[in-house]
Amino acid sequence: MAERGAARKRTSEEADSSIGAVAGTADPGPLELDRLIHERVRLGIVSALAVNGSVRFTDLRALLNTTDGNLSAHARKLEEAGYIACQKSFEGRVPRTEYALTPVGRRELQAYLDHMEAIIRATREG
Amino acid sequence: MNLARSLRPPPPEPVTLHDRAMDNLRFIRETMERSASFTAVSGWAGVAMGAIAVGAAWAARGQDAPERWVAIWLGAAGISFVVAIAGMFFKARTAGMPLVSGPGRKFASSFFPPILVGGILTVTLYAHGQAALLPGTWLLLYGTAVVTGGAHSVRIIPLTGIAFIFLGATAVFAPPAWGDAFMAAGFGGLHLLSGFLIVRRHGG
Repeated sequence: MAERGAARKRTSEEADSSIGAVAGTADPGPLELDRLIHERVRLGIVSALAVNGSVRFTDLRALLNTTDGNLSAHARKLEEAGYIACQKSFEGRVPRTEYALTPVGRRELQAYLDHMEAIIRATREG
Repeated sequence: MNLARSLRPPPPEPVTLHDRAMDNLRFIRETMERSASFTAVSGWAGVAMGAIAVGAAWAARGQDAPERWVAIWLGAAGISFVVAIAGMFFKARTAGMPLVSGPGRKFASSFFPPILVGGILTVTLYAHGQAALLPGTWLLLYGTAVVTGGAHSVRIIPLTGIAFIFLGATAVFAPPAWGDAFMAAGFGGLHLLSGFLIVRRHGG
């Protein structure tokens, strides 16, 4: 069972690297894969923020079914890259963290979507 | 050796680039749909519905004829329904999400059964001359609809539903003369409060 899970994970990782390899070799310009967005939790964060003005940390955590630490780490990476903006405030005595997608993040998500569509189109045409 | 090889499970089929890309796009769409359910309810529509209810409470106060009292509130409910649908439609369009997508369907299928029961009870109670029980009944069933419809939404939606249920439970035991006050507090006050909170926290 564990072996099958590991095999599935390996296959998934191989597919990920294949996408990156194709993206990197076929056309290094517009088809280059944005690995920052490609990771599942980070992809979930930018997707959720794309259809909302801003989303609270607790709502994102529930939506993506992840832990505080995991969400914080991934959100920090996106924040450092300028894809999302973080606003911290207090609601009474309770700290409140909200995230919003920046114009850079929106552009990169669009590029990522274009990339995925290009892969699907290329496979169908091929 | 050959036997051992034949007993070994076959290697997993490799995931194709096409499947992986499709899976990623599906994940993005589902995440967007689920997160849109957080904000599918329009806060501005809630504020408008609250204002309509306050107006209806003012118009209905002191109405001696039950048919006129019921007509005022049903008229306000009809207008509020149109406002709520328009608000959701506008909000979904602004966010680039289809209104009849997963979250919209889930909300409607959970929201409308208690409303349907409310409609049947309205006819029954009115026909038996029990119009005084309508405020409590309406508040209770609308609250149930909001709790069930908003079960997968932002916390403010089911909490608003619980407040409606609490108010309705109080109203059914209160003197009939307080009916309009409960209606104004519930359909007016709670809609205004939750509407403003949704506008402030969940983008309009």
